[in-house]
Amino acid sequence: MSTRRIFARPARFAAIAPYVWMVLFFLVPFAFVLKISLSQTAIAQPPYEPVFDLTAGWNAIRTAFGALSVDNFRLLVSDDLYIFAYVRSVTVAVTATAILLLIGYPIAYGMARLPKRWQAVAMVLVIVPFWTSFLIRIYAWINILQHDGLLNKVLLALHLVSAPVVWLSTDTAMYLGIVYSYLPFMILPLYATLAKMEPALEEAASDLGAPPWQVFWLVTFPLSLPGVGAGVLLCFIPIVGEFVIPDLLAGSNALMIGQTLWLEFFTNKDWPVASAAAIVLLVVLLVPLLLYERLQRRQLEQR
Amino acid sequence: MRKKTRLSRFNVASLALGLAFLYLPIVILVIYSFNASRLVTVWGGWSLRWYVELFNDRAMIEAAWMSLRVAVASASIATVLGTLAAVALSRGERFRGRTLFSGMLYAPLVMPEVITGLSLLLLFVALNAERGFWTVTIAHTTLTMCFVAVVVQSRLGSLDRSLEEAAMDLGCNPVSAFLSVTLPLIAPAIVAGWMLAFTLSLDDLVIASFTTGPGSATLPIRIYSEVRLGVKPEINAICTLVIGLIAIVIVIASLASKLSSSQGESAAPL
Repeated sequence: MSTRRIFARPARFAAIAPYVWMVLFFLVPFAFVLKISLSQTAIAQPPYEPVFDLTAGWNAIRTAFGALSVDNFRLLVSDDLYIFAYVRSVTVAVTATAILLLIGYPIAYGMARLPKRWQAVAMVLVIVPFWTSFLIRIYAWINILQHDGLLNKVLLALHLVSAPVVWLSTDTAMYLGIVYSYLPFMILPLYATLAKMEPALEEAASDLGAPPWQVFWLVTFPLSLPGVGAGVLLCFIPIVGEFVIPDLLAGSNALMIGQTLWLEFFTNKDWPVASAAAIVLLVVLLVPLLLYERLQRRQLEQR
Repeated sequence: MRKKTRLSRFNVASLALGLAFLYLPIVILVIYSFNASRLVTVWGGWSLRWYVELFNDRAMIEAAWMSLRVAVASASIATVLGTLAAVALSRGERFRGRTLFSGMLYAPLVMPEVITGLSLLLLFVALNAERGFWTVTIAHTTLTMCFVAVVVQSRLGSLDRSLEEAAMDLGCNPVSAFLSVTLPLIAPAIVAGWMLAFTLSLDDLVIASFTTGPGSATLPIRIYSEVRLGVKPEINAICTLVIGLIAIVIVIASLASKLSSSQGESAAPL
C-alpha cells in the first residue's frame, strides 16, 4: 500500500465535521425553502401554515400533502411584476458581465505583462478592494453621485454640463456600482490564466508576421478562455441575485429579483411567495452554478 | 531584431485607469470623513468631529461590537471546519459522497446571498431557535468556511507531497506527519483564510439581515439603514474606521503569505 493511500484514510475522517455542518446548514435549509414555498400564507408568527407535522401521524401527513399548493408559483408566473423582475435580473447580469469583461480584460492583461515583482504588488492592489466592504464601496459612490456630489461639481466646473445631472436612482448608477464592486472578481481569474501563459507563444506568432491584433485574437484570447469562463460565472451568478446595489443605486420603478424577494419577505411578510421566488431564482441559476462548480473542481483538484 | 518591451503603452494606461477607478471613491470617502462641515458636499477644513460624534452613538457602537464578536467567532469556527474540508478534499483521494461534498463547498461562493439568508432563516424558525448572535454566527460560518476551504485547498494542492511521504517513510504515522510537516507549511494559508472569513463576516449585510433577531443589529445592518436615509458625515467616519481595520487585516494576511515559501503561489482567495 502506498504512503499516499495510508495518508488518505485519516484525511477522509477530516471530512466528517464539515460534511455534517454543510448538510445541516446548507442542504437541509433548501428543503425548508421548498416546503414553505408550497404552503399557504397566513397572518401568524411565523407567517405561514405549517405543511408537515411529522408528529401528527400518517393521516395528518396525507391531508398535509393534499393541502400542498402551487399557488405561490402560479402567482409568480401570472404576475407581471415577477416576470419583469426575472427578465430584468438576467438582462442586467448579462450586460454588466459583458462590461466587466471588456474593462477587466485589459487590466488583467496589463497586470500579467508587468515585471514579476510588480505583478505581486498589482495583485494586492486588486485584492484590497475585494476585501473592503461591499456596502461601504457602494456608499462611497453615493457620496460622489449625489445631486451636489463631486461628479456634478467636476462636470459643472469643466462646463461639460450646464446644470447638475441626476445620477442616483438611475440604471447608469446601478451599472457603475455593479462594475465597480465586481471588477476584482473578473480581474483575478483572468489574470491567473494570463500570467501562466507562455510568452514564447505570442512572440512566435508575431515573429511569423502576425499583426498585434491577430496575435491577441488568435493566440492570447483563445488560451485565456478558462479564465474568461471563471470570471464570467463568478460575476454573472451573484449579480442575478444582487440586492444591495440595485436597492441603493437604481430607481425603484424596475426591481431585480433579489429586491422583490427582499420586499416580499421583509415588507409584505409573505414568506411563502419569497420562498417560491428563491426556488425559481435557484432554477434559473442551476446551469451556471453547475458549470461553475465543475470549473472550480477542475482548477483545485487536477494539478 | 528589435527587442520588444512586453509592456505596451496600452497596458500601462489600462492598469493605471483601472486602479484609479478602484481606489478613487474610497479615497474620497476617507478624506470627507475628516470634513468639519455638516454638509457632506462642502469642504469645511480638517476635523475629527464626526469621529467624536460616532463614539457617542450608542446604537452604532453596540452594532459594531456585535459585528466584531460575530466575525471573530464565525471566522474561528469556519477556519477549523474549512481546513478540515480542504484536507479531506486534497488528501482524502476518493470517498463516498465526495462530489456532493465539494459541490456544497463551492456553491456558496457564488450563491446569491438572498437565497442563503432566506433558507437559513427558515431552518432557524423551524428549529425554533432564538435569533441573534448565534444564528448570525452559524450563518456566517456556513458561508465563510467555503472560502477558507478554497484558500487552504489551493495551498495544499501546490505543496510538494513528497515531504509528507518522506516523514512517513521515516516512521511518522499519518496524523503526526500531518501535524509536524503539512500543518506548518499550510499555516500561512490558514491565517489568510481566517482573515478572509473575518472580513467577509464583517461585511455581510444580506445574510445577517435574514438571520438576526430584533435588537441585535450588526454594523452593516445599522449602516444600511442610515445610508437609505442619505449621506451623513458620521457614516463616512464609521466607514473609514472599518476600512482601516480591514487594511490592518490585509497587511497581516499578506505578511503571512509572504512567510509561506516563495513558490509564487498567490494569496488569491478565488
